[in-house]
Amino acid sequence: MDNTVLQLAKQAILVPTGLQENDIHRVLDQLISGAVDDGDIYIQSSHYESWVLEDGIVKEANHNIEQGAGVRALSGEKTGLAYSDKIELAELLTAAKNVLAIARQGQNAKVAMTPKTGVIKQLYAPLNPLRSLSDQEKVDFLRKIDVETRKIDPRIEQVIISLVGVQEHILIANQGSSLLGDVRPLVRMNVSVIVADKGQREQGSMGGGARSDYNYFFAQDRALGYAQEAVRQALVNLEAIPAPAGSMTVVLGSGWPGILLHEAIGHGLEGDFNRKGTSAFSGRIGERVASSLCTIVDDGTLDNRRGSLSIDDEGTPTQCTTLIENGILKGYMQDRLNARLMGTQSTGNGRRESYAHTPMPRMTNTYMLPGESDPEEILRSVKNGLYAKNFGGGQVDITSGKFVFSASEAYLIENGKITQPVKGATLIGNGPEVLTRVSMVGNDLELDSGVGTCGKEGQSVPVGVGQPTLKIDALTVGGTNV
Amino acid sequence: MQTQKEIKRLEAIIADLLLEAKTQGASQADAGLNVDNGLSVNVRLGEVETIEHHCSQGLGVTVYFGQQKGSASSTDLSPQSIKETVSAACSIARYSSADSFAGLPDPERLATDFKDLDLHHPWELNAEDAITLATRCEDSARHYHSDISNSEGASVDTYSGIRVFGNSLGFLHGYASTRHSISCSVLGERDGNMERDYWYSVARNKDQLEKVEDIGKKAAERTIQRLGAQSLSTRKCPVLYSAETANSLIGSFLGAISGGSLYRKSSFLLDSLDTKVFPEFIRLYEQPHLLGALGSALYDAEGVATQANDIVADGIVKSYLLNSYAARKLGMQSTGHADGIHNLCITPGDKDFAQLLKQMDTGLLVTELMGQGVNPVTGDYSRGASGFWVEQGVIQYPVQEITIAGNLKEMFQQILAVGNDIDYRSNIRTGSILIEEMAIAGK
Repeated sequence: MDNTVLQLAKQAILVPTGLQENDIHRVLDQLISGAVDDGDIYIQSSHYESWVLEDGIVKEANHNIEQGAGVRALSGEKTGLAYSDKIELAELLTAAKNVLAIARQGQNAKVAMTPKTGVIKQLYAPLNPLRSLSDQEKVDFLRKIDVETRKIDPRIEQVIISLVGVQEHILIANQGSSLLGDVRPLVRMNVSVIVADKGQREQGSMGGGARSDYNYFFAQDRALGYAQEAVRQALVNLEAIPAPAGSMTVVLGSGWPGILLHEAIGHGLEGDFNRKGTSAFSGRIGERVASSLCTIVDDGTLDNRRGSLSIDDEGTPTQCTTLIENGILKGYMQDRLNARLMGTQSTGNGRRESYAHTPMPRMTNTYMLPGESDPEEILRSVKNGLYAKNFGGGQVDITSGKFVFSASEAYLIENGKITQPVKGATLIGNGPEVLTRVSMVGNDLELDSGVGTCGKEGQSVPVGVGQPTLKIDALTVGGTNV
Repeated sequence: MQTQKEIKRLEAIIADLLLEAKTQGASQADAGLNVDNGLSVNVRLGEVETIEHHCSQGLGVTVYFGQQKGSASSTDLSPQSIKETVSAACSIARYSSADSFAGLPDPERLATDFKDLDLHHPWELNAEDAITLATRCEDSARHYHSDISNSEGASVDTYSGIRVFGNSLGFLHGYASTRHSISCSVLGERDGNMERDYWYSVARNKDQLEKVEDIGKKAAERTIQRLGAQSLSTRKCPVLYSAETANSLIGSFLGAISGGSLYRKSSFLLDSLDTKVFPEFIRLYEQPHLLGALGSALYDAEGVATQANDIVADGIVKSYLLNSYAARKLGMQSTGHADGIHNLCITPGDKDFAQLLKQMDTGLLVTELMGQGVNPVTGDYSRGASGFWVEQGVIQYPVQEITIAGNLKEMFQQILAVGNDIDYRSNIRTGSILIEEMAIAGK
């Protein structure tokens, strides 16, 4: 463990609250003295700010402090969680007492897991985004981007720019390891525009972010890049004709369209659903679930990425987990609870939205490794189909395997060439089937720009996705042009 | 009473906070806080899976220096934290730009009538009893049919909270409310294919919840009905949205006539006031003061009084949904919708669900929607769906892996009927909605 990070986390959490490190150990001792298989204490202090520019002025800004502690006891398949917004010994002891009631609900002992040891690699600097610019500089920056955006095209009617920064300090105490800490910076910026022409209106939106500070947006002119991309998308959509409807060959662009993998495959490979047998992928390890061109990983160890974590919310170092290798299902993503019950080890995917939520197996950065095809060659190979370059959000029913994701920029492919832009349409498919129809994989792997937020059982966590250009031989496109 | 005492205590915190804002130089301020307590229990396959004890609190403050605005929030209600939160808001306000439309609501629009809306019905439920209820609910689902193969469990949740809001115009009010829910989700399996569905009941008073056994049974019934689902070929046909999915259609309409979308020109219903958006038989009206209802409120998030109002009458848009800021931007008056709608009702037709199926004759019954494929600027609509294929008014077989698409403007005009099978579980209370024709994409 990087001692500086732990020291910083202690400094930020213990000093202002007056809680002692000994107090945490005392609560943990009380917790694991009960008839439990596992237990932990998660203490969090988050500072969040957002700045929004609209109509050329910064009209709204918000600052938020969220802090508290969650105490969890696990016994067999049972989880007890209690939490408090007050980081005080008395509150923690009460919480521990409350959750120990779970252990009395009949004992169901399983083999305790050996906690992983080893060096934790720090994947991001313990930056404070909120202080990386003065408030005046934040305002000036947003105004500058607004002015520059409006210069791009006279058809721009509205520009909304948001800038969000978070610094999160966490301390985790669990059975079998010393106190762990992390300092997690996260920044996010978004530019959205409305364009109008001849009575038609369209929107375009682009953003990015990282586990870094606001200087990230200055590097490589990223901020202006978002603006240009948002305007470009909006203008393309002004020209869009109704999308086709029905099953057809679909070429997915690189980068954010990797949300396909997140929805179609990723959720179905989370340990909890597979332990319970509720996923369409349950019990299918070793089986072919994709064409041999497909290798997919979940990698929480990428430097500064939005979905990355040095340690997950249970204190397990993140790793790069191979989910599918050359089309064969290799493994699931695990937290401590599900790993213990399935007789395996946590893969560092135990995540929670906050101290007030229970950890679950969640994705980090999920992407497909590059193949050999030139993206141009992929497009040329399609006689008639759809090229979906960018997407909004998606959703999956992990039991039936059905998933959707919505194109925000798409074109017809006619005789191997991109022709007309078409209106956004939802694409729908079946997770265990869709990747078996991947017939070409591009050599152009790209990760998304750092905007993903994944929701599961009411909990939101930042994630990343990515993929190279992909050709899927048949996928249902939900347009209106029947 | 204990609760009344607690409300007084929290009101005092808000009063102090507003005073602090004044001391720190703010010309205007408003502030709100909430304290919530709850218990949440999930039972799966007859065993307790999770027990969660919830107790959370938070406060938020917005300050104005003239027409510069700043907001801050915190989960810490201590006097020290209040000082710091106000100071964070003030500091931010200095850097935001003066906005001539910013500020507190017009004082004469603030609520003055604080009658009891009957929203507070605590459920003295301990974990043991919650577990028993959840177990009965799940048992009923698991024993419904031999094809029920697995379960995601049954949950019992109960919340009790206090909300207090005040502003520097002298508004200060707090009230307590409760919300209880029971839900169940089970899986079925046939020919190697699994399906899952769920059912839930939610109410402010536990006595108004559906019987736990009925909830379980309904979840199982819905799951069984989905088994053997197939796709459809691509086509155009009538679509009947079941009551629980029709909700989202009305939700898209409300989003399009809300102040923020209108002044940003990011709505497909710009300048729709006094125009005909729906067929003549459609009336949408708001009943914010219904006793004990889920969406009831005396005032909105700015303290502006809510009132019973027609939003759509004879198919014509009669009111936008505005907060003070959007109202000023549009040269109008706040309609008390700073936090959205409060119990939106639709005048149902005289047909029940079965009669609507008959009216549709041949078409698609949608019981679940997937994804977010709605473009709020253009109204273009394309979402994943599952449901049932209907011929001659009779359900034939379950369908899935299809999309339904159209444009909301046209879909609203093409509403043929609204059923009297109103779903009361949401802030938007509608029955099933039959639409003349949509594009279905499938195999």
